[in-house]
Amino acid sequence: MEETKSRKRERVEMPKQAPFIRKRNFQEVALGYTKEMAVDEASRCLACKKPLCVEGCPVEIDIPGFIKCIATNDFSAAIRKLKEKNCLPAVCGRVCPQEEQCEIKCIVGKKGSPVAIGRLERFAAEWEASQTIMELPEIKTKTGKNVLVVGSGPAGITVAGDLILAGHEVTMLEALHEPGGVLSYGIPEFRLPGKIVSREIEYLQKLGVKLICNYVVGKTKSLSDLLNEYDAAFIGTGAGLPWFMEIPGENLNGVYSANEYLTRVNLMRGYQYPKTYTPVIRHRRVAVVGGGNVAMDCARTALRLGAEEVYIVYRRSRNELPARLEEFENAEEEGVIFHFLTLPVKLIGDEEGWLKEIECLKMELGEPDQSGRRKPVPLAGSEFRMRMDACIVAIGNSPNPIIPTTTPNLEVSKKGTIIVDENTGKTSIDRVWAGGDIVTGAATVILAMGAGRKAARSMHAYLTNGIVSTGG
Amino acid sequence: MIVPNLHLLVVHAPEVANTIRPGQFVILHAGEGAERIPLTAADWDREEGTLTVIFMEVGTSTGKLAMLKAGDQIPTVVGPLGVPMEMRNFGTVVCIGGCFGMGSILPVVRELKENGNKVITILEGRSKNLLYWEEKLSKYSDKVIRLTRDGSTGYKGHVKKGNEILKEMNIIPDRIIAMGCTTLSYLATRDYAHYNVPIIITLNTIMIDGTGMCGVCRCTIDGHMKFACVDGPTSFRMWRILTWKKQNQGNVRG
Repeated sequence: MEETKSRKRERVEMPKQAPFIRKRNFQEVALGYTKEMAVDEASRCLACKKPLCVEGCPVEIDIPGFIKCIATNDFSAAIRKLKEKNCLPAVCGRVCPQEEQCEIKCIVGKKGSPVAIGRLERFAAEWEASQTIMELPEIKTKTGKNVLVVGSGPAGITVAGDLILAGHEVTMLEALHEPGGVLSYGIPEFRLPGKIVSREIEYLQKLGVKLICNYVVGKTKSLSDLLNEYDAAFIGTGAGLPWFMEIPGENLNGVYSANEYLTRVNLMRGYQYPKTYTPVIRHRRVAVVGGGNVAMDCARTALRLGAEEVYIVYRRSRNELPARLEEFENAEEEGVIFHFLTLPVKLIGDEEGWLKEIECLKMELGEPDQSGRRKPVPLAGSEFRMRMDACIVAIGNSPNPIIPTTTPNLEVSKKGTIIVDENTGKTSIDRVWAGGDIVTGAATVILAMGAGRKAARSMHAYLTNGIVSTGG
Repeated sequence: MIVPNLHLLVVHAPEVANTIRPGQFVILHAGEGAERIPLTAADWDREEGTLTVIFMEVGTSTGKLAMLKAGDQIPTVVGPLGVPMEMRNFGTVVCIGGCFGMGSILPVVRELKENGNKVITILEGRSKNLLYWEEKLSKYSDKVIRLTRDGSTGYKGHVKKGNEILKEMNIIPDRIIAMGCTTLSYLATRDYAHYNVPIIITLNTIMIDGTGMCGVCRCTIDGHMKFACVDGPTSFRMWRILTWKKQNQGNVRG
């Protein structure tokens, strides 16, 4: 039987730049499938009648549908299918944690490796980009309603994309000088090339979304004032206030937040310094604190800037590492050195105020904590020091405070996140919705997009018939 | 160029000019590849929609701003950023401006006067050719005092000298505001601490986004980490509890 045959076949590997080459350049690490590889991989899909993979997808892409199109060589149908539900396939194909969303549910994966859904999504998006003409979907009759989207990151992009297709006028505001939010300032070039983000934004602009950069809502104008000009608004301002460890020495020179380090390199193009003018010091020994994808991004960026030794210092063990397995493996292959069960307790500087050493404690795992992970407990007397020129703190972010503090009556949690109705994304203020990291705290691109999708649905219903449904 | 190495730039940015308040800043970006430069507004005209900033040329990106000619366009003027300075009738306020701060203190002086304060303005510079805007500041000040380190005009000395002058004039301040470089802010908080009144300084740090995202402008105030861009840039805490970070990394703001 053909099914049995396909189950046995292992997934098609995606070519990558070799570690010793890629760790010294900023080009993309993964190179993507060729047509042949994509068709080959797509033919492993069983096209289940009740596809479990779709349940795992926050934006409910018709996964078997688009894969079937690839398997039959109809790539333009594949991208159309994808774009029905996902306005950012080139981005999601690269940065979604498929292994814990769609691919984990794949039936083929029960007896071998699951169908490489993410790689196929990426392939379809790349195929489209290589075509000279980009097909634009049909836009519904204009409704005459005006929507304001605050923030041009993944959540905002999804809302803008959905609502412009539904026939509303959409204006998207961005505080920085380039759109894309975390896709532009945070995720490095070697994981998500800047040109892909700008391509997706251009697509939205072609659909008619009006983009205004350098506009800080809450400062340039308050949200309340802007509501006089728009029928509805969506807040997707992200998790933009970096946490620090609150240990001695964090104000030393050479200590960065992950946001600063990555923004200097990505958005400000510091990786091209001195061709560009934002300096990024080429540190020789770099410690990155944290175990998430952002920590991996920082460590791999430091390597590419020429660091001799790069360490990841993480207080739990390898099993608890929140980063994607793929990113961890990439980092390890490139030569990042991991110090698990290690907690920095003090940063020590030289006479001129530059970081010189990091003092750490060894940890062991104790009882599970609130997050269900085993809590790291310090081992008494285990202090040791490491010589370091730079320390990058990548332990997370709080929501950006500007809109919550400048918008009266907006309900906010103790953590500073905006409180919304779970099913609709509606905030406590009339005509205002929110979604993404500003609601959940720092999470993933795709979850922000899922939240944007929900909010857009509710906003569209409100704009069409004036009803805000709550409670699902 | 307004005095040696200090440049004055007027930009047309109606939305920013419309809402800006004393003590707030803007970020200018001279285009692809340049750094984003945070600058405290020195003046604005809401009707014309213009904004005036004064900055020191210290590196490549400020150099690019300094090279702009009338009519040139820059892609980014973002703001107003930061929290406006607290304004009401405090009584007698001593305002000290040095370097670019002689410019950025103007809106502060003006609004203090409008609130009915007695305003004593001190201009501090190395030499008389580095002082500017005395006339503008006189309009809103009860008294303008010139202070030069070489004594080429006004009194000879640094910030500390102000103590003697104020004593001579029988002035006891209810509030002191200092705007200028780090040294000037430091000296103001050190040399005027004995008055036991709030001393307000502005934290002119390096920034990238200016909206709380990058954390470059962090400082420790009373043991808590604060960000100059969203919690500041004005701070009335004493200098000793402020711990500075990376003055020498990249450009120091001018």
